[in-house]
Amino acid sequence: MSVEAFVLPLDTVAPDGLAQAGGKGCNLARLAAEGLRVPPTLVVTAAAYRRFVEANGLEDRILLELNRKAFEDMRWEEIWDAALRIRNLFLRAAWPSDLKQTLVQALRPGLADGPTVIRSSATSEDSAGASFAGLHESYVNIRGLGSVLEHVRKVWASLWSDAALLYRQELGLSPARSDMAVLVQTLIPGTCSGVAFSVNPLDPRQAVVEAVPGLNQGLVDGRIQPARWILDRDSGEVLAFTPADEHEAVLPDEQGTVVRAAPSLPDRGGCLKGQALARLFGAVREIEARFGGPQDVEWTLADENFTFLQARPITATVDGGRDQRGWYLSLRRSYDNLCALRRKIESEFIPEMVHTAEALAQTDLEALTDADLAAEIKRRGDINHHWGNVYYAEFIPFAHGVRLFGQVYNDALKPRDPYAFATLLTATPMESLARNRRLEGLADRVRGDADLAESLRQGRLPAADHPFQRALDEFLAAYGDLSSSVTGDRAGDLPGGNLIALLIEMAAAPQAAGRPAAMAPARAEAEFLACFKGEERQWAAGLLDLARASYRLRDDDNIHLGRIEAQLRRAVRVGSRRLESAVAPDSALEEMVARFPLSSGLASASPAPPPKTAALKARQLVGQPAGPGLARGRARVVRSSDDLGRFRSGEILICDAVDPNMTFVVPLTAGIVERRGGMLIHGAIIAREYGLPCVTGVPEIMRFVASGDVVTVDGYLGIVILGNADGDDNARNDRG
Amino acid sequence: MDDGSDVRTAIESLFSGQRLAVLSTCSADGHPYASLVCVVADADLSGIYFATSRATRKFANLRTEPRAALLVDNSQNRQADVYEAAAVTAVGTVAEVTGPQAEGPLASFRERHSQLEDFVAAPTTALLRLAVRTYYLVNRFQKVMEYHVG
Repeated sequence: MSVEAFVLPLDTVAPDGLAQAGGKGCNLARLAAEGLRVPPTLVVTAAAYRRFVEANGLEDRILLELNRKAFEDMRWEEIWDAALRIRNLFLRAAWPSDLKQTLVQALRPGLADGPTVIRSSATSEDSAGASFAGLHESYVNIRGLGSVLEHVRKVWASLWSDAALLYRQELGLSPARSDMAVLVQTLIPGTCSGVAFSVNPLDPRQAVVEAVPGLNQGLVDGRIQPARWILDRDSGEVLAFTPADEHEAVLPDEQGTVVRAAPSLPDRGGCLKGQALARLFGAVREIEARFGGPQDVEWTLADENFTFLQARPITATVDGGRDQRGWYLSLRRSYDNLCALRRKIESEFIPEMVHTAEALAQTDLEALTDADLAAEIKRRGDINHHWGNVYYAEFIPFAHGVRLFGQVYNDALKPRDPYAFATLLTATPMESLARNRRLEGLADRVRGDADLAESLRQGRLPAADHPFQRALDEFLAAYGDLSSSVTGDRAGDLPGGNLIALLIEMAAAPQAAGRPAAMAPARAEAEFLACFKGEERQWAAGLLDLARASYRLRDDDNIHLGRIEAQLRRAVRVGSRRLESAVAPDSALEEMVARFPLSSGLASASPAPPPKTAALKARQLVGQPAGPGLARGRARVVRSSDDLGRFRSGEILICDAVDPNMTFVVPLTAGIVERRGGMLIHGAIIAREYGLPCVTGVPEIMRFVASGDVVTVDGYLGIVILGNADGDDNARNDRG
Repeated sequence: MDDGSDVRTAIESLFSGQRLAVLSTCSADGHPYASLVCVVADADLSGIYFATSRATRKFANLRTEPRAALLVDNSQNRQADVYEAAAVTAVGTVAEVTGPQAEGPLASFRERHSQLEDFVAAPTTALLRLAVRTYYLVNRFQKVMEYHVG
């Protein structure tokens, strides 16, 4: 019986060995066979991947993960979640002994002793017919046998990365058919590295060379801006040169890589000196000739010698087209990059937003003429628009701080639950929790004062100097009256409004028990940090701090945005009142008021309830388990702010997406179900803070559940069961 | 699977694709019993027909407790069944169909299960109809939709 080899030396890879060695492995073997210098390389074949997957039953588990719901219904956050869970399956899987023995024997002599590079070499790379850069992982400067093996499995897991999942149709990615080879190479400590395109994708008469000082990783990751030469393809003459912006380099550290100041480059001429550029160009043309087509080549220069790390045909790149999810998933950031973003957000954006909202609140809108008011509404609209853009460009990418931390945590601890890391992020001081505590404080006053409760029920507020009224006024100034989804927004007609209704209900309900302390974040934190030593521990602590800031901002940013939007709405409201009583309305004001309609609807897409059909009902709907626990209660489907005023203690909050103002009712709710999917979205974060069962990503929840229906939220399995357990449907329930 | 017609289509295709169904009945002393039967469904899904000898345990069960459930699925004993297969459970009440009312259903039954020609013609065989109250369609492992007939 012939057994497929788990490991192949590069010189034994056949030209048609794609299925064994993957695209990168095959091309590298070919470069070596043509006499070009390549790093010493061992190919861990696709058969090794298949053995690992088969021995651990991973195929079935990946299939189940991918088929939980229709792919087109998955948001980018859910795709990321699926990739994270699959990655954890690989991290926790056991090595089959035959495979491990073979790898240890092959890697021990030489390779794994020194610094290595672990690269993905997917067998689908050439069949995709297009290049998908950055789908799979590669790791640079990995030392020691154990670490090499760990990184091999991480590369395998990256066959199922979020980006790969997004393009799985185009890639033909399927658990039954797809596999991946891995290249284990000696790290070549180049002083200058880069890429070269034998044909400029933008102009067929040209070639392009890019170079960065140090390792190529800086260029490939986009961490370092490269110097760039455009060359005439025929003569090799330099047509244009763009110097590098920054003089930094990615260099090998003890393990992994680090960004450091590059050796001084006074002439900004890049690291390719003298004849080196011409030599490189010559070699790249030669590779093109031997491979029979334009090539994209990765190279590094060490001791005056060029070593070629990779060559692949130049093909069209695939963009996400109109699939927005591709954009979101492309926002992966490095730790350094995220730290810089955090500084910008915390020291520039947030203070500026707070200041802007305060300044806008100072303006006496009533004193403005109609024309000035119209101009003011327009100005506020522009300000609001500006911050909306900042939100997408800066705040959303910052969410990846949590993702980066999650990945590092899972790598270090390999937990059974791939979301165990969220425990370390809870109990962070979030705006919405502070806000809820103040709301609970108001409710406490009502609870302890029967006369006050009664007069509120009658629609009467106490005198201005009453302690409750003073606290209420402070609350209103800070957070608004819940008349819309916008934090800080006030319609002005308070008695009997949503906020008072909610306070009356909270006062009548037993005092909120508060967050259960069962999760012991301190112990989890110590456990995480203990996985790192020396400088690495500092880095890990820094990453945790970054993740907490990222987690907090996911919640806080909406509130800061809301306060600015509330000031726009305040101006529109003044304008709207003026128009109602105007004899000859100002046309500019009319236009502005019409441009920003004051609906009480929620910011998120919240389709109107469809007519209930007698024939079709949902019995059990599937989402993602975003908060453990089990709860049963009457549903409260929240479509507008007015539904918040109707909220009753013990109800299940059902919504399209948890808007900032919805967190007010969270202390009253027994469980949360959200149409939008993701483990790290607002609703899931708040549910974890309150220890509530939560299911997210239920596409049909708003369609099939009405307020008053009996609903069971299974936060362990991520399912929502409608009706009673005995099978009776809601239509036959007595809704008393 | 967003509106009623999708669920209905899925149920119809299960009945047109599968010949056999699992029938659940209940004995007089409350003990459940499952058996495999050949089925054919009404075009409007209001009823499902099957035939059995009057001497069988299921027939005896149905005489004392006419409420029953019937399950059809398209699993193929593969790994992918967990998320790819669909199953529908019909619940309702069973009654025997005789005389002119049986003619149409019997013709459909013979057409679908031609090898049972002699079986259905036997004087001891009864044609039974499950008048369906509700269908429960399960797919994607855990998603369950209810379809009410009529």
